[in-house]
Amino acid sequence: MSFEQYRIDDSKGLEFGLYTLGDHLKNPHIDKRISPQQRLQEIIEMAKLAEEAGIDLISVGESHQDHFTTQAHSVVLSAIAQATEKIKVSSSSTIISTSDPVRVYEDFATIDLISGGRAEIVAGRASRVGLFELLGYDLHDYEELFEEKFELLLQINKEEVVNWEGEFRQPLRDAHILPRPLNGSLPIWRAVGGTPASAMKAAYQGVPMYQAMLGGPASVFKRPIDAYRETLESLGQDSSEFPVATAGFFYAADTTQQALKEYYPHINEGMKLTNGRGFPKQAFAQGTHLKNIMNVGSPQEIIEKILYQHETFNHQRYIAQMDFGGVPFDKIMRNIELIGNEILPAVKKHTAKAKA
Amino acid sequence: MNITLLSGSTIGSKTRTAMNYTKDIIERNYPDHEVTLLDLADFELVFSDGRDFREYKGDTKVVTETIMASDIILIGTPIFQASIPGSLKNVFDLLPQDGLRDKTAGILVTAGSSKHYLIAETQLKPILAYMKAQIVQTYTFMEERDFYRKKIVNEDAVFRIERLVEDTMILSETYTEARRIKEEQYGF
Repeated sequence: MSFEQYRIDDSKGLEFGLYTLGDHLKNPHIDKRISPQQRLQEIIEMAKLAEEAGIDLISVGESHQDHFTTQAHSVVLSAIAQATEKIKVSSSSTIISTSDPVRVYEDFATIDLISGGRAEIVAGRASRVGLFELLGYDLHDYEELFEEKFELLLQINKEEVVNWEGEFRQPLRDAHILPRPLNGSLPIWRAVGGTPASAMKAAYQGVPMYQAMLGGPASVFKRPIDAYRETLESLGQDSSEFPVATAGFFYAADTTQQALKEYYPHINEGMKLTNGRGFPKQAFAQGTHLKNIMNVGSPQEIIEKILYQHETFNHQRYIAQMDFGGVPFDKIMRNIELIGNEILPAVKKHTAKAKA
Repeated sequence: MNITLLSGSTIGSKTRTAMNYTKDIIERNYPDHEVTLLDLADFELVFSDGRDFREYKGDTKVVTETIMASDIILIGTPIFQASIPGSLKNVFDLLPQDGLRDKTAGILVTAGSSKHYLIAETQLKPILAYMKAQIVQTYTFMEERDFYRKKIVNEDAVFRIERLVEDTMILSETYTEARRIKEEQYGF
């Protein structure tokens, strides 16, 4: 394992990305929802603007249920690959459990070729499980479906000709898996929930981890990262060679109060529909604290928070979710502008590492 | 406000009888509120498999969604084998871990023996606290001798139910108002 294999150059500082779950929700400020077509086009447009602002990565997730519109997330990523030139294109995440790893690899290797070597996969187990029934899988196999298919995906990434046998897919005999990615392999990450046990599984598989964070103190989210690195060391690996990424809510406005006022209804009303219950206002108010991982506030506050998180986690990538719950496109544009002009330069400057 | 009465057993009559009285008292004293009585004896629930409560089907979905849409839950429970019935525990397992946040929960216990008096204190309240309910501290405890042929024959028991209903409403109104004031202060 090396950062290079994951296309990460930490001499340039913390990577900064945007991610969307592809949710399709109404804007609670005006009680209106845009069409699914417009939402998809705005996601592609968001990627183009992010690239212009110098943002390193854009990623799209899949959720197969009401209130979402990027069920075919690899198709969306393919469109983004064609519309952009240098931004990395990733999933956030790909539910490998309910997909055929061969097809997933074919898709993302294709996106990698279209994009000129910019594609990545983040594989997750799904926090919303509607897709199990839709796609004909048994929720009782939740864990094993993921582990088996994820390991097959990793094997396909290493070997062009695959021999494999498992419980949830037909065996592969000298199967030639094509196309191959531009530079031989794809960066494949494991999405991790909030627990150390979840992060340790990424270590056992020898893959980098992507940590999702909703709200709470950075010190709590450090525990899974510590557990990940400790497990790697216990397996005889050098944990400093394994990249770590974090993902969470992000919203910048001229003042903290304005950011809270604008973003909270999107999160609260959106989560009521996607997760069945809203986001407690008290927890959101605490989100403004320096040590809370929710990056909501003025650009200067967000810079301080991201630097504090970097100091705490020593991670290589952070991806921001700023479009959840029907955030209108002019606000997304404004956020990208604040990132490009103010946040990114400061974060890069303070996190760039001198080359050894 | 949405008030749900949850009768937590699939068999027996004491809990359901007490919940019928409770429902009458609420409807008489608080006619402006929506009251729903869920008696688990009337539903066929699956065991929890960890999915989002909205993704269950049939009776299970009806019960979980009704509870999640409530502001107040009055839980009636018998005591089986020195604990709450499995049917009631399953309802909690079907809900999100913080599923009772901002909801007020009152408790009414029916038991065959006074030996069970502290079961709700030591076994039911911790579950409700974990799920972030606002718990009415005092609960109503009733015994076999308070009932005769699906009627409550101990007048004091009826008074205690009336006090439980009143305490639950007071806590709910007070907490809701206090939270409203606090949230206004956040300014967003």
